[in-house]
Amino acid sequence: MDTGAESLIPFTGIGASVRRKEDLRFLSGRGHYTDDISRPGQTHVWFLRSPHAHARIVSVDTAAAARMPGVVAIFTGADTAADKIGGVPCGWLIHNKDGTPMREPPHPVLAHGKARFVGDAVAMVIAETRQQARDAAEAVAVEYEVLPGLASMAQALAPDAPAIHEEAPGNICYDWHIGDEAATDAAFARAKHVVTLELVNNRLIPNAMEPRSAIGDYDPTTGDHTLYTTSQNPHVIRLLMGAFVLNIPEHKLRVVAPDVGGGFGSKIFHYIEEAAVTWAAAKIARPVKWTADRTESFMTDAHGRDHVSVAKLALDEHGTFLGLRVSTQANMGAYLSTFSTSVPTYLYATLLAGVYTTPAIYAEVKAVFTNTVPVDAYRGAGRPEATFLLERLVDVVARDTGLDRLEIRRRNFIKPDQFPYQTPVALQYDSGDYFSTLEMGLKAADWAGFEARRAAAAAQGKLRGIGISTYLEACGIAPSAVVGALGARAGLYEVGTIRVHPTGSVTVLTGTHSHGQGHETTLAQLVCEQLGVPFDKVEIVHGDTAKIPFGMGTYGSRSLAVGGSAMVKAMDKIIAKAKRIAAHLMEASVEDIEFEKGVFRVAGTDKTKAFAEISLTAYVPHNYPIEELEPGLEETAFYDPKNFTYPGGCHIAEVEIEPETGHVRMVNFTAVDDVGRVINPMIVEGQVQGGVAQGIGQALLETCVYDGDGQLLSGSMMDYTLPRADDLAPVSVATHTTLCTHNPLGVKGCGEVGAIGSPPAVINAVVDALRDYDVRHVDMPATPAKIWSIIHGNARRVAAE
Amino acid sequence: MPQVTLTVNGKQHSVEVEGRTLLVELLREKLRLTGTHVGCDTSQCGACVVHVDGNSVKSCTTLAVAVDGASVTTIEGLAAADGTLHPMQEAFREYHALQCGFCTPGMVMSAVDLVQKHPEGLSEQEIREGLEGNLCRCTGYHNIVKAIDAAQEVMHGRSTSIAAAAE
Ligand code: FES
Ligand code: FES
Repeated sequence: MDTGAESLIPFTGIGASVRRKEDLRFLSGRGHYTDDISRPGQTHVWFLRSPHAHARIVSVDTAAAARMPGVVAIFTGADTAADKIGGVPCGWLIHNKDGTPMREPPHPVLAHGKARFVGDAVAMVIAETRQQARDAAEAVAVEYEVLPGLASMAQALAPDAPAIHEEAPGNICYDWHIGDEAATDAAFARAKHVVTLELVNNRLIPNAMEPRSAIGDYDPTTGDHTLYTTSQNPHVIRLLMGAFVLNIPEHKLRVVAPDVGGGFGSKIFHYIEEAAVTWAAAKIARPVKWTADRTESFMTDAHGRDHVSVAKLALDEHGTFLGLRVSTQANMGAYLSTFSTSVPTYLYATLLAGVYTTPAIYAEVKAVFTNTVPVDAYRGAGRPEATFLLERLVDVVARDTGLDRLEIRRRNFIKPDQFPYQTPVALQYDSGDYFSTLEMGLKAADWAGFEARRAAAAAQGKLRGIGISTYLEACGIAPSAVVGALGARAGLYEVGTIRVHPTGSVTVLTGTHSHGQGHETTLAQLVCEQLGVPFDKVEIVHGDTAKIPFGMGTYGSRSLAVGGSAMVKAMDKIIAKAKRIAAHLMEASVEDIEFEKGVFRVAGTDKTKAFAEISLTAYVPHNYPIEELEPGLEETAFYDPKNFTYPGGCHIAEVEIEPETGHVRMVNFTAVDDVGRVINPMIVEGQVQGGVAQGIGQALLETCVYDGDGQLLSGSMMDYTLPRADDLAPVSVATHTTLCTHNPLGVKGCGEVGAIGSPPAVINAVVDALRDYDVRHVDMPATPAKIWSIIHGNARRVAAE
Repeated sequence: MPQVTLTVNGKQHSVEVEGRTLLVELLREKLRLTGTHVGCDTSQCGACVVHVDGNSVKSCTTLAVAVDGASVTTIEGLAAADGTLHPMQEAFREYHALQCGFCTPGMVMSAVDLVQKHPEGLSEQEIREGLEGNLCRCTGYHNIVKAIDAAQEVMHGRSTSIAAAAE
């Protein structure tokens, strides 16, 4: 079987930059996104949304609207309440310092009694066309009693602030902590230096390019409900919506998430519109379709970040970190979105050791309700906040103590021989090599040559700076029993089915979901590698609860680490069974059967059977060990992760500031990441580049702005600055691999590293560029106005002296 | 209701529309050409770009009645009749210039027009500036810029294939 022809077939296994299977359809306009779906007889919904951040709903009069052309039905909060529709649930229970549970006020599908943010849905108007629904919505008369809008955490925490939810006095969701406070106090007591930094992690609006969309469909003859939705995790939506909101059992509810145009976390959560269209479709016995316009995306997609923190680092006289103390306020918005409560706790404070050996850490986090859009996971979810805090703090320590910023990092790095490394904030890192990624990064970015570039820029009147971030993050969340003990209300395993067809082609059913990551390619490469099946004979199916046994979807860079591992387990079962069939056919003992590159061989002989011969036998079992073995060749595996995975690395940003305008130009960006084993280098590079672009966006361009009353000012693409091609520089990406020790592929995850590592590198570079202006810290985004006033304000001060 | 007659991807259509119907609605809803996308409501993202009489336009801000008699090319009509990809499509695939694919149709249509209008060739910076009407949230543009650079070599006959342009 080992013929010369084989070498002509391009290698498509692990490590090959295989071009993507999915591209042909996307490039020819044959993508299949939710808004592309049209169900026969479908109606269209327009949600009437509160224009006030905080208001009592006195009355809703739909009579005039109901008479408008094309109107089919209008529903309000009174209708959902009458049908006993539940609120959309929160998936993670956090406990307060004193052990009591967090405050968990309901999030009704349609606002009832009160509206709590601009965009809260007050009524749904269903009509024959979208325009008719929109026109009729304007005729719905809502009387509001406007209450004070609490747009910021400072406003919400003021002693006289009204309660947004009766259930949450003082607008506190929880007051949580982690770490050893006494040990941390002791570390501070013996410290030589204590460095304090206050910083804000700016609020972001995710803006996946595809607006959210949902279609509810109901078959009155069978009682089956179907929801088509722009989701990263259809099974989770089925579970949450079916069990907690609409009381539909899983076997009567199908959730389909077809091609999804980007998510970045914002499409993980169960949104009220999904429940509303599913419920309404059954009520009117016609399909109901909703697609957000971008304005709705801005005011209803869960936002990200929004932390205010104080960090203190205690050091000895050599610059060794002794203790870290962090106090953070995290904005939850008006309601608890699905994973909101876990983001500033277990995905943030547990990361505060970073890549350093700080022996004592204590962090407290207060989660606060405000009259703003719910805040939840956005690319990185908690880890970018921890990384920005730490990597900025380390640079400030260097500045305040006069130590070199590289030296202080090296001095405190966890050393390669310290793994597995137990941090003081619950995590145990399995592998990593921060020295190597640092050295590679310095070389790739020509750190040594920087001063010459700075001088050349200065000669042109420009301020050039370079900044570094040596980060770590946690992906592939996490053993179900562990997260369960910490309050998660779901298991976090993944599911893979390998269906080998009679002629040897393979269909993979995966519970993960691809919305840009390229699973149809990468996951197929795993099959090529392990089963030796040609790439074009493998198809990956995802995104439909009617096809896939189960799954938890895609977020937290988990698809390969958890979903890929489930596939490996299922393929192990396939090989084990196939070997028994091969042994029978070749009259050998099963222990003597070897399997390699799609060929079964009796060890030490030239007796072989091809994979397709075995699969055919499995389905045409004429000569078959039928007494001991069932026919067929299909296996399913559930894989529960043994730990988080810990990607990390070194990001270096180089910027140039124009003093006259304050404009910060990205000159260069270098990323050297350890993402574990790389399956498809081309896709890994693309993921890192995209993540870095979002990180640079956060650092230089993007921020969500509310006015004091809770009106969203950055509510369109004209007001919220998404990075465009000429805002960014080429991003050089390299990898340095240490394998994950506890999953079968050795993979760690690459989807978020770019967005996690890059923001502090950029801000460190900006602060470095401003070194002559006595700047200690700049909050994100470093806009021209901010930088201009620093340069000119500080220059004046220097002149006055 | 007004009647609009137009050629889309070489095929003639006569469609009844409302005065306020947008070209993108005509394409997506009446002709079921769903390759053209809508990403925003302020004419900022470029997901909706198509060619009208050879020029790229944002179909989300073009009234259907305004293209009466025009010839429209959408992403579905870019490849050759036998399915051979346009060099720009091929370059996007070769350089991994797309991830979720949502911005891609508009990005490709804009890029084709940009390159066609600049036979003299575009520098990297000019390509970046030329893309100012198109947003991509996934790729960071790095690979889109590389793909367009390779495609212009083929489109202007300076290279015979995308793979060769990569050298
Ligand atoms: S849809 Fe965004 S510019 Fe047309
Ligand atoms: S590929 Fe997803 S927005 Fe461009």
